Amino acid sequence: MNLTTALARMLIFPGLLFAVPAAWFFLWVERKAVALMQQRIGPPFMQPFFDFVKLLGKSTPARSGVGGLLMKAWPLIAVSAAAGAVGLLPVLPSSGGFEGDLILLLALMEVPSICVIAAGFSSRSIFAEIGSAREAVLTVSYNVVFLLAIVSIAAAQHTFRLESLAQLPATPLRWLGVIAILVCLPAKLHINPFSLPNAEQEIYSGPMIEYAGPELAMWELSHGLEWVAATGLVAALTVPHYPAWWLNAIVFVACSCAIVLLLSVVAAATARLAVDTTARFYWQCTLLFAVLAISSTLLMRLRT
Amino acid sequence: MNLWKRLMCSCRRRSPWLFHMNSGSCNGCDIELVASLTPRYDAEQLGVRLEGSPRHADILCITGPVTRNSVQAIKTVYAQVGSPKAVVAIGSCPATTNVFIDSRVLDGPLNRHIPVDVFVPGCPPRPDAILLGIAKAAEILAGPIGDEPPTPTTAVSESVEAQP
Repeated sequence: MNLTTALARMLIFPGLLFAVPAAWFFLWVERKAVALMQQRIGPPFMQPFFDFVKLLGKSTPARSGVGGLLMKAWPLIAVSAAAGAVGLLPVLPSSGGFEGDLILLLALMEVPSICVIAAGFSSRSIFAEIGSAREAVLTVSYNVVFLLAIVSIAAAQHTFRLESLAQLPATPLRWLGVIAILVCLPAKLHINPFSLPNAEQEIYSGPMIEYAGPELAMWELSHGLEWVAATGLVAALTVPHYPAWWLNAIVFVACSCAIVLLLSVVAAATARLAVDTTARFYWQCTLLFAVLAISSTLLMRLRT
Repeated sequence: MNLWKRLMCSCRRRSPWLFHMNSGSCNGCDIELVASLTPRYDAEQLGVRLEGSPRHADILCITGPVTRNSVQAIKTVYAQVGSPKAVVAIGSCPATTNVFIDSRVLDGPLNRHIPVDVFVPGCPPRPDAILLGIAKAAEILAGPIGDEPPTPTTAVSESVEAQP
Protein backbone atom coordinates (compact mmCIF):
# COMPACT_ATOMS: atom_id res chain seq x y z
CA MET A 1 0.00 0.00 0.00
CA ASN A 2 1.62 3.23 -1.07
CA LEU A 3 1.11 6.65 0.46
CA THR A 4 -1.60 7.82 -1.97
CA THR A 5 -3.87 4.83 -1.48
CA ALA A 6 -3.28 4.99 2.27
CA LEU A 7 -4.27 8.66 2.35
CA ALA A 8 -7.27 8.01 0.10
CA ARG A 9 -8.42 5.22 2.42
CA MET A 10 -7.93 7.38 5.51
CA LEU A 11 -9.61 10.49 4.14
CA ILE A 12 -12.21 9.39 1.56
CA PHE A 13 -13.47 5.80 1.64
CA PRO A 14 -13.91 4.19 4.08
CA GLY A 15 -12.11 6.97 5.98
CA LEU A 16 -13.32 10.36 7.16
CA LEU A 17 -15.42 11.51 4.20
CA PHE A 18 -17.54 8.36 4.37
CA ALA A 19 -17.19 7.62 8.07
CA VAL A 20 -18.42 10.92 9.53
CA PRO A 21 -21.80 10.92 7.71
CA ALA A 22 -22.02 7.18 8.40
CA ALA A 23 -21.39 7.85 12.10
CA TRP A 24 -24.22 10.41 12.20
CA PHE A 25 -26.47 8.03 10.27
CA PHE A 26 -25.78 5.15 12.66
CA LEU A 27 -26.41 7.37 15.70
CA TRP A 28 -29.74 8.34 14.11
CA VAL A 29 -30.62 4.71 13.34
CA GLU A 30 -29.92 3.83 16.96
CA ARG A 31 -32.13 6.60 18.36
CA LYS A 32 -34.86 6.02 15.80
CA ALA A 33 -34.94 2.27 16.44
CA VAL A 34 -35.31 2.87 20.17
CA ALA A 35 -38.09 5.40 19.44
CA LEU A 36 -39.95 2.97 17.18
CA MET A 37 -39.65 0.24 19.81
CA GLN A 38 -41.33 2.64 22.26
CA GLN A 39 -44.03 3.57 19.70
CA ARG A 40 -42.70 7.08 19.31
CA ILE A 41 -41.84 8.98 16.15
CA GLY A 42 -38.34 9.78 17.28
CA PRO A 43 -35.74 12.31 16.19
CA PRO A 44 -35.58 13.75 12.66
CA PHE A 45 -33.10 12.27 10.19
CA MET A 46 -30.51 15.02 10.54
CA GLN A 47 -30.62 15.12 14.36
CA PRO A 48 -27.02 13.95 15.11
CA PHE A 49 -25.76 16.50 12.58
CA PHE A 50 -27.79 19.29 14.23
CA ASP A 51 -26.45 18.28 17.63
CA PHE A 52 -22.87 18.26 16.35
CA VAL A 53 -23.06 21.71 14.72
CA LYS A 54 -24.86 23.18 17.72
CA LEU A 55 -22.19 21.87 20.10
CA LEU A 56 -19.47 23.35 17.89
CA GLY A 57 -21.07 26.77 18.34
CA LYS A 58 -21.38 26.67 22.12
CA SER A 59 -19.00 28.28 24.54
CA THR A 60 -17.22 26.26 27.23
CA PRO A 61 -17.69 27.56 30.77
CA ALA A 62 -14.47 27.75 32.77
CA ARG A 63 -13.43 24.60 34.62
CA SER A 64 -11.85 24.95 38.03
CA GLY A 65 -8.78 22.96 39.07
CA VAL A 66 -8.41 20.91 35.92
CA GLY A 67 -5.46 20.80 33.54
CA GLY A 68 -6.94 22.27 30.36
CA LEU A 69 -4.64 20.90 27.66
CA LEU A 70 -4.97 17.24 28.63
CA MET A 71 -8.75 17.52 28.87
CA LYS A 72 -8.83 19.03 25.39
CA ALA A 73 -6.51 16.36 23.97
CA TRP A 74 -8.47 13.23 24.96
CA PRO A 75 -11.47 13.72 22.64
CA LEU A 76 -9.18 14.55 19.71
CA ILE A 77 -7.09 11.41 20.29
CA ALA A 78 -10.28 9.35 20.50
CA VAL A 79 -11.65 10.77 17.24
CA SER A 80 -8.43 10.28 15.30
CA ALA A 81 -7.96 6.71 16.57
CA ALA A 82 -11.55 5.78 15.70
CA ALA A 83 -11.21 7.39 12.25
CA GLY A 84 -7.98 5.46 11.66
CA ALA A 85 -9.72 2.23 12.62
CA VAL A 86 -12.48 2.92 10.09
CA GLY A 87 -9.86 3.67 7.43
CA LEU A 88 -8.37 0.18 7.86
CA LEU A 89 -11.62 -1.66 7.07
CA PRO A 90 -11.31 -3.80 3.92
CA VAL A 91 -14.34 -2.56 2.01
CA LEU A 92 -12.90 -2.16 -1.46
CA PRO A 93 -11.23 -5.19 -3.06
CA SER A 94 -7.52 -4.90 -3.84
CA SER A 95 -7.43 -1.98 -1.43
CA GLY A 96 -4.12 -3.20 -0.11
CA GLY A 97 -3.69 -3.63 3.58
CA PHE A 98 -0.70 -5.34 5.12
CA GLU A 99 0.09 -8.40 7.19
CA GLY A 100 -1.08 -7.76 10.74
CA ASP A 101 -3.44 -4.85 10.06
CA LEU A 102 -6.10 -6.67 12.09
CA ILE A 103 -3.92 -6.16 15.18
CA LEU A 104 -3.56 -2.45 14.39
CA LEU A 105 -7.34 -2.20 13.92
CA LEU A 106 -7.96 -3.79 17.32
CA ALA A 107 -5.46 -1.47 18.98
CA LEU A 108 -7.04 1.62 17.39
CA MET A 109 -10.53 0.48 18.40
CA GLU A 110 -9.30 0.21 21.98
CA VAL A 111 -7.91 3.77 22.13
CA PRO A 112 -11.30 5.59 22.52
CA SER A 113 -12.13 3.48 25.60
CA ILE A 114 -8.77 4.33 27.15
CA CYS A 115 -9.36 8.00 26.34
CA VAL A 116 -12.77 7.88 28.06
CA ILE A 117 -11.17 6.38 31.18
CA ALA A 118 -8.37 8.95 31.20
CA ALA A 119 -10.74 11.85 30.51
CA GLY A 120 -12.98 10.87 33.42
CA PHE A 121 -10.09 10.66 35.84
CA SER A 122 -8.47 13.89 34.67
CA SER A 123 -11.72 15.84 35.04
CA ARG A 124 -11.67 15.20 38.83
CA SER A 125 -15.44 15.04 39.12
CA ILE A 126 -16.67 12.32 41.45
CA PHE A 127 -19.29 11.18 38.93
CA ALA A 128 -16.73 11.09 36.13
CA GLU A 129 -14.38 9.03 38.28
CA ILE A 130 -17.12 6.50 39.05
CA GLY A 131 -17.90 6.33 35.34
CA SER A 132 -14.24 5.83 34.47
CA ALA A 133 -13.84 3.08 37.04
CA ARG A 134 -16.88 1.32 35.58
CA GLU A 135 -15.51 1.72 32.07
CA ALA A 136 -12.21 0.20 33.22
CA VAL A 137 -13.99 -2.81 34.74
CA LEU A 138 -16.05 -3.20 31.58
CA THR A 139 -12.94 -3.02 29.37
CA VAL A 140 -11.17 -5.71 31.34
CA SER A 141 -14.27 -7.91 31.19
CA TYR A 142 -15.25 -7.85 27.54
CA ASN A 143 -11.81 -7.52 26.00
CA VAL A 144 -10.73 -11.03 26.98
CA VAL A 145 -13.68 -12.49 25.11
CA PHE A 146 -13.39 -10.04 22.23
CA LEU A 147 -9.70 -10.68 21.63
CA LEU A 148 -10.04 -14.47 22.03
CA ALA A 149 -12.81 -14.48 19.43
CA ILE A 150 -10.74 -12.42 16.98
CA VAL A 151 -7.67 -14.60 17.55
CA SER A 152 -9.71 -17.75 16.96
CA ILE A 153 -11.01 -16.35 13.66
CA ALA A 154 -7.56 -15.27 12.53
CA ALA A 155 -5.84 -18.48 13.64
CA ALA A 156 -8.38 -20.65 11.85
CA GLN A 157 -7.58 -18.91 8.56
CA HIS A 158 -3.81 -18.63 9.21
CA THR A 159 -3.67 -14.88 8.67
CA PHE A 160 -3.90 -11.57 10.52
CA ARG A 161 -4.51 -9.67 7.31
CA LEU A 162 -8.00 -8.14 7.14
CA GLU A 163 -8.34 -8.35 3.39
CA SER A 164 -7.52 -12.04 3.19
CA LEU A 165 -9.88 -12.71 6.10
CA ALA A 166 -12.65 -10.83 4.29
CA GLN A 167 -12.08 -12.72 1.05
CA LEU A 168 -11.95 -16.21 2.54
CA PRO A 169 -15.33 -17.95 2.86
CA ALA A 170 -16.90 -17.95 6.31
CA THR A 171 -16.56 -21.28 8.11
CA PRO A 172 -18.82 -22.45 10.98
CA LEU A 173 -15.92 -21.69 13.31
CA ARG A 174 -15.84 -18.11 12.14
CA TRP A 175 -19.56 -17.75 12.86
CA LEU A 176 -18.89 -18.89 16.41
CA GLY A 177 -16.30 -16.12 16.73
CA VAL A 178 -18.58 -13.52 15.14
CA ILE A 179 -21.34 -14.32 17.62
CA ALA A 180 -18.86 -13.86 20.48
CA ILE A 181 -17.85 -10.47 18.99
CA LEU A 182 -21.52 -9.46 18.68
CA VAL A 183 -22.04 -10.24 22.37
CA CYS A 184 -19.12 -7.91 23.19
CA LEU A 185 -20.29 -5.01 21.01
CA PRO A 186 -22.94 -3.53 23.37
CA ALA A 187 -20.27 -3.22 26.05
CA LYS A 188 -17.79 -1.72 23.61
CA LEU A 189 -20.37 0.84 22.44
CA HIS A 190 -21.75 1.60 25.94
CA ILE A 191 -25.34 0.78 25.10
CA ASN A 192 -27.89 -1.17 27.12
CA PRO A 193 -27.64 -3.65 28.80
CA PHE A 194 -24.01 -2.61 29.40
CA SER A 195 -24.37 1.19 29.48
CA LEU A 196 -22.62 1.38 32.83
CA PRO A 197 -20.04 4.13 32.21
CA ASN A 198 -22.60 6.71 31.07
CA ALA A 199 -25.50 5.51 33.23
CA GLU A 200 -27.50 8.70 33.00
CA GLN A 201 -29.93 8.09 35.86
CA GLU A 202 -27.18 7.13 38.32
CA ILE A 203 -24.01 9.10 37.66
CA TYR A 204 -25.32 11.87 35.37
CA SER A 205 -23.13 11.75 32.26
CA GLY A 206 -20.26 9.67 33.64
CA PRO A 207 -16.80 10.55 32.30
CA MET A 208 -18.26 13.23 29.98
CA ILE A 209 -19.76 15.33 32.77
CA GLU A 210 -17.16 18.14 32.68
CA TYR A 211 -17.09 18.41 28.90
CA ALA A 212 -19.00 21.07 27.00
CA GLY A 213 -19.23 22.65 23.58
CA PRO A 214 -16.80 21.56 20.83
CA GLU A 215 -15.06 18.99 23.05
CA LEU A 216 -18.38 17.27 23.72
CA ALA A 217 -19.05 17.35 19.97
CA MET A 218 -15.78 15.47 19.44
CA TRP A 219 -16.84 12.84 21.98
CA GLU A 220 -20.16 12.39 20.18
CA LEU A 221 -18.30 12.04 16.89
CA SER A 222 -15.85 9.51 18.29
CA HIS A 223 -18.75 7.49 19.65
CA GLY A 224 -20.32 7.48 16.19
CA LEU A 225 -17.03 6.47 14.57
CA GLU A 226 -16.72 3.63 17.07
CA TRP A 227 -20.12 2.44 15.85
CA VAL A 228 -18.88 2.50 12.25
CA ALA A 229 -15.62 0.71 13.07
CA ALA A 230 -17.20 -1.98 15.26
CA THR A 231 -20.09 -2.79 12.93
CA GLY A 232 -17.74 -2.55 9.95
CA LEU A 233 -15.42 -5.14 11.46
CA VAL A 234 -18.30 -7.59 11.90
CA ALA A 235 -19.57 -6.82 8.41
CA ALA A 236 -16.10 -7.39 6.93
CA LEU A 237 -15.92 -10.79 8.61
CA THR A 238 -19.40 -11.97 7.60
CA VAL A 239 -20.22 -10.45 4.21
CA PRO A 240 -19.37 -12.67 1.22
CA HIS A 241 -17.01 -11.12 -1.28
CA TYR A 242 -18.40 -9.97 -4.64
CA PRO A 243 -16.38 -9.25 -7.77
CA ALA A 244 -17.96 -5.83 -8.40
CA TRP A 245 -16.54 -3.24 -5.98
CA TRP A 246 -19.73 -1.15 -5.87
CA LEU A 247 -21.81 -4.20 -4.97
CA ASN A 248 -19.26 -4.95 -2.26
CA ALA A 249 -19.53 -1.45 -0.80
CA ILE A 250 -23.35 -1.48 -0.85
CA VAL A 251 -23.59 -4.89 0.81
CA PHE A 252 -21.01 -3.79 3.38
CA VAL A 253 -23.02 -0.68 4.33
CA ALA A 254 -26.31 -2.62 4.37
CA CYS A 255 -24.81 -5.28 6.64
CA SER A 256 -23.44 -2.61 8.99
CA CYS A 257 -26.92 -1.04 9.17
CA ALA A 258 -28.47 -4.39 9.97
CA ILE A 259 -26.02 -4.88 12.85
CA VAL A 260 -26.78 -1.37 14.16
CA LEU A 261 -30.50 -2.19 14.05
CA LEU A 262 -29.95 -5.47 15.87
CA LEU A 263 -27.90 -3.82 18.63
CA SER A 264 -30.41 -0.95 18.98
CA VAL A 265 -33.32 -3.35 19.33
CA VAL A 266 -31.42 -5.25 22.02
CA ALA A 267 -30.62 -1.93 23.73
CA ALA A 268 -34.26 -0.82 23.67
CA ALA A 269 -35.50 -4.15 24.99
CA THR A 270 -33.13 -4.48 27.92
CA ALA A 271 -32.38 -2.62 31.13
CA ARG A 272 -28.96 -1.74 32.50
CA LEU A 273 -27.15 -4.47 34.42
CA ALA A 274 -25.15 -3.81 37.57
CA VAL A 275 -21.39 -3.76 37.28
CA ASP A 276 -20.80 -7.07 39.11
CA THR A 277 -23.45 -8.82 37.00
CA THR A 278 -21.78 -7.52 33.86
CA ALA A 279 -18.33 -8.70 34.92
CA ARG A 280 -19.75 -12.10 35.87
CA PHE A 281 -21.60 -12.35 32.56
CA TYR A 282 -18.43 -11.84 30.55
CA TRP A 283 -16.06 -13.81 32.75
CA GLN A 284 -18.34 -16.82 33.32
CA CYS A 285 -20.80 -17.22 30.45
CA THR A 286 -19.17 -15.63 27.45
CA LEU A 287 -15.59 -16.60 28.24
CA LEU A 288 -16.66 -20.25 27.96
CA PHE A 289 -17.88 -19.50 24.46
CA ALA A 290 -14.63 -17.83 23.42
CA VAL A 291 -12.48 -20.59 24.90
CA LEU A 292 -14.59 -23.11 22.97
CA ALA A 293 -13.97 -21.19 19.75
CA ILE A 294 -10.23 -20.88 20.22
CA SER A 295 -9.68 -24.45 21.43
CA SER A 296 -11.57 -25.91 18.47
CA THR A 297 -9.53 -23.69 16.18
CA LEU A 298 -6.28 -24.93 17.66
CA LEU A 299 -7.46 -28.54 17.46
CA MET A 300 -8.32 -28.08 13.80
CA ARG A 301 -4.90 -26.61 13.15
CA LEU A 302 -3.26 -29.61 14.83
CA ARG A 303 -5.28 -32.00 12.67
CA THR A 304 -4.33 -30.41 9.38
CA MET B 1 -25.59 36.85 6.64
CA ASN B 2 -23.35 33.99 5.80
CA LEU B 3 -24.22 30.34 5.40
CA TRP B 4 -22.50 29.13 8.57
CA LYS B 5 -24.50 31.53 10.77
CA ARG B 6 -27.74 30.48 9.13
CA LEU B 7 -26.86 26.81 9.66
CA MET B 8 -25.93 27.48 13.28
CA CYS B 9 -29.27 29.23 13.95
CA SER B 10 -31.15 26.32 12.43
CA CYS B 11 -29.17 23.76 14.44
CA ARG B 12 -29.64 25.65 17.69
CA ARG B 13 -33.39 25.72 17.13
CA ARG B 14 -33.56 22.00 16.34
CA SER B 15 -31.37 20.61 19.09
CA PRO B 16 -32.36 21.98 22.51
CA TRP B 17 -30.83 19.89 25.30
CA LEU B 18 -32.42 20.32 28.71
CA PHE B 19 -31.14 20.37 32.23
CA HIS B 20 -33.83 20.02 34.85
CA MET B 21 -33.43 21.71 38.21
CA ASN B 22 -35.74 21.66 41.20
CA SER B 23 -35.63 24.72 43.44
CA GLY B 24 -37.95 23.47 46.17
CA SER B 25 -40.82 22.35 44.00
CA CYS B 26 -43.61 20.12 45.31
CA ASN B 27 -42.70 17.63 42.53
CA GLY B 28 -45.88 18.31 40.57
CA CYS B 29 -44.11 20.21 37.79
CA ASP B 30 -41.19 17.76 37.81
CA ILE B 31 -43.56 14.91 37.07
CA GLU B 32 -45.14 16.89 34.24
CA LEU B 33 -41.72 17.69 32.76
CA VAL B 34 -40.83 14.01 32.80
CA ALA B 35 -44.25 13.22 31.33
CA SER B 36 -43.49 15.50 28.38
CA LEU B 37 -40.44 13.32 27.60
CA THR B 38 -42.42 10.05 27.68
CA PRO B 39 -43.55 8.23 24.52
CA ARG B 40 -47.01 9.82 24.71
CA TYR B 41 -45.68 13.35 24.09
CA ASP B 42 -42.32 12.35 22.52
CA ALA B 43 -40.24 15.49 22.97
CA GLU B 44 -37.41 13.85 21.00
CA GLN B 45 -39.21 14.89 17.80
CA LEU B 46 -38.06 18.43 18.61
CA GLY B 47 -34.51 17.18 19.18
CA VAL B 48 -34.94 17.46 22.95
CA ARG B 49 -32.62 15.42 25.13
CA LEU B 50 -32.58 15.48 28.93
CA GLU B 51 -28.93 15.80 29.90
CA GLY B 52 -27.27 14.87 33.17
CA SER B 53 -24.82 17.74 33.24
CA PRO B 54 -25.64 21.46 33.01
CA ARG B 55 -22.48 21.86 30.92
CA HIS B 56 -24.13 19.85 28.12
CA ALA B 57 -27.42 21.74 28.22
CA ASP B 58 -28.84 24.67 26.26
CA ILE B 59 -32.05 25.18 28.20
CA LEU B 60 -32.29 25.28 31.96
CA CYS B 61 -35.72 24.10 33.15
CA ILE B 62 -36.37 25.31 36.69
CA THR B 63 -39.33 24.29 38.83
CA GLY B 64 -40.22 25.42 42.34
CA PRO B 65 -40.59 28.71 44.24
CA VAL B 66 -36.81 29.24 44.85
CA THR B 67 -36.08 28.49 48.49
CA ARG B 68 -33.21 30.28 50.23
CA ASN B 69 -31.20 27.06 50.22
CA SER B 70 -31.39 26.72 46.45
CA VAL B 71 -30.44 30.25 45.39
CA GLN B 72 -26.70 29.63 45.34
CA ALA B 73 -27.17 26.31 43.55
CA ILE B 74 -29.30 27.99 40.88
CA LYS B 75 -26.65 30.62 40.27
CA THR B 76 -23.87 28.02 40.08
CA VAL B 77 -25.79 25.81 37.67
CA TYR B 78 -26.75 28.82 35.54
CA ALA B 79 -23.09 29.81 35.26
CA GLN B 80 -22.18 26.27 34.20
CA VAL B 81 -24.47 26.33 31.14
CA GLY B 82 -22.52 27.44 28.09
CA SER B 83 -23.90 30.34 26.08
CA PRO B 84 -26.14 30.64 24.14
CA LYS B 85 -28.53 29.52 26.84
CA ALA B 86 -32.16 30.01 27.79
CA VAL B 87 -34.09 29.56 31.02
CA VAL B 88 -37.60 28.13 31.17
CA ALA B 89 -39.47 28.62 34.44
CA ILE B 90 -41.96 25.77 34.73
CA GLY B 91 -45.10 26.27 36.80
CA SER B 92 -46.55 29.20 38.69
CA CYS B 93 -44.06 28.92 41.56
CA PRO B 94 -40.92 30.29 39.89
CA ALA B 95 -43.00 33.04 38.26
CA THR B 96 -44.84 34.36 41.33
CA THR B 97 -43.95 31.99 44.23
CA ASN B 98 -47.64 30.97 43.94
CA VAL B 99 -49.33 29.93 47.23
CA PHE B 100 -46.05 30.18 49.12
CA ILE B 101 -45.93 33.95 48.71
CA ASP B 102 -44.63 35.85 51.78
CA SER B 103 -43.05 32.70 53.20
CA ARG B 104 -39.83 33.50 55.02
CA VAL B 105 -38.00 30.45 53.65
CA LEU B 106 -38.37 31.71 50.09
CA ASP B 107 -36.21 34.07 48.11
CA GLY B 108 -38.29 34.09 44.94
CA PRO B 109 -39.48 34.67 42.34
CA LEU B 110 -36.85 33.24 40.03
CA ASN B 111 -36.20 36.32 37.91
CA ARG B 112 -34.74 38.13 40.91
CA HIS B 113 -31.68 35.89 40.55
CA ILE B 114 -31.28 34.87 36.91
CA PRO B 115 -32.87 36.19 33.69
CA VAL B 116 -35.84 34.03 32.69
CA ASP B 117 -36.71 33.73 29.01
CA VAL B 118 -39.94 31.76 29.05
CA PHE B 119 -42.54 31.34 31.80
CA VAL B 120 -44.84 28.33 31.58
CA PRO B 121 -47.65 29.09 34.06
CA GLY B 122 -49.85 26.44 35.62
CA CYS B 123 -50.03 24.45 38.81
CA PRO B 124 -48.80 22.19 37.34
CA PRO B 125 -48.72 23.08 33.63
CA ARG B 126 -49.75 20.44 31.12
CA PRO B 127 -46.95 18.58 29.29
CA ASP B 128 -47.98 20.15 25.98
CA ALA B 129 -47.64 23.60 27.54
CA ILE B 130 -44.15 22.68 28.74
CA LEU B 131 -43.26 21.47 25.23
CA LEU B 132 -44.52 24.76 23.79
CA GLY B 133 -42.35 26.63 26.29
CA ILE B 134 -39.30 24.58 25.33
CA ALA B 135 -39.97 25.20 21.64
CA LYS B 136 -40.21 28.95 22.31
CA ALA B 137 -36.96 28.85 24.28
CA ALA B 138 -35.32 27.05 21.36
CA GLU B 139 -36.46 29.89 19.08
CA ILE B 140 -34.86 32.35 21.48
CA LEU B 141 -31.66 30.29 21.42
CA ALA B 142 -31.52 30.50 17.65
CA GLY B 143 -31.96 34.25 17.90
CA PRO B 144 -33.31 36.58 15.24
CA ILE B 145 -31.77 35.67 11.88
CA GLY B 146 -28.72 37.80 11.24
CA ASP B 147 -28.01 38.67 14.85
CA GLU B 148 -25.99 37.00 17.51
CA PRO B 149 -28.17 35.10 19.97
CA PRO B 150 -29.01 37.17 23.04
CA THR B 151 -26.16 36.97 25.51
CA PRO B 152 -27.26 36.40 29.07
CA THR B 153 -26.50 38.99 31.70
CA THR B 154 -22.92 38.61 32.81
CA ALA B 155 -23.53 39.99 36.29
CA VAL B 156 -24.85 36.69 37.61
CA SER B 157 -22.11 34.47 36.25
CA GLU B 158 -19.39 36.87 37.37
CA SER B 159 -20.70 37.04 40.90
CA VAL B 160 -20.86 33.25 41.01
CA GLU B 161 -17.36 32.71 39.71
CA ALA B 162 -15.97 35.16 42.25
CA GLN B 163 -17.13 32.98 45.10
CA PRO B 164 -15.19 29.83 46.09
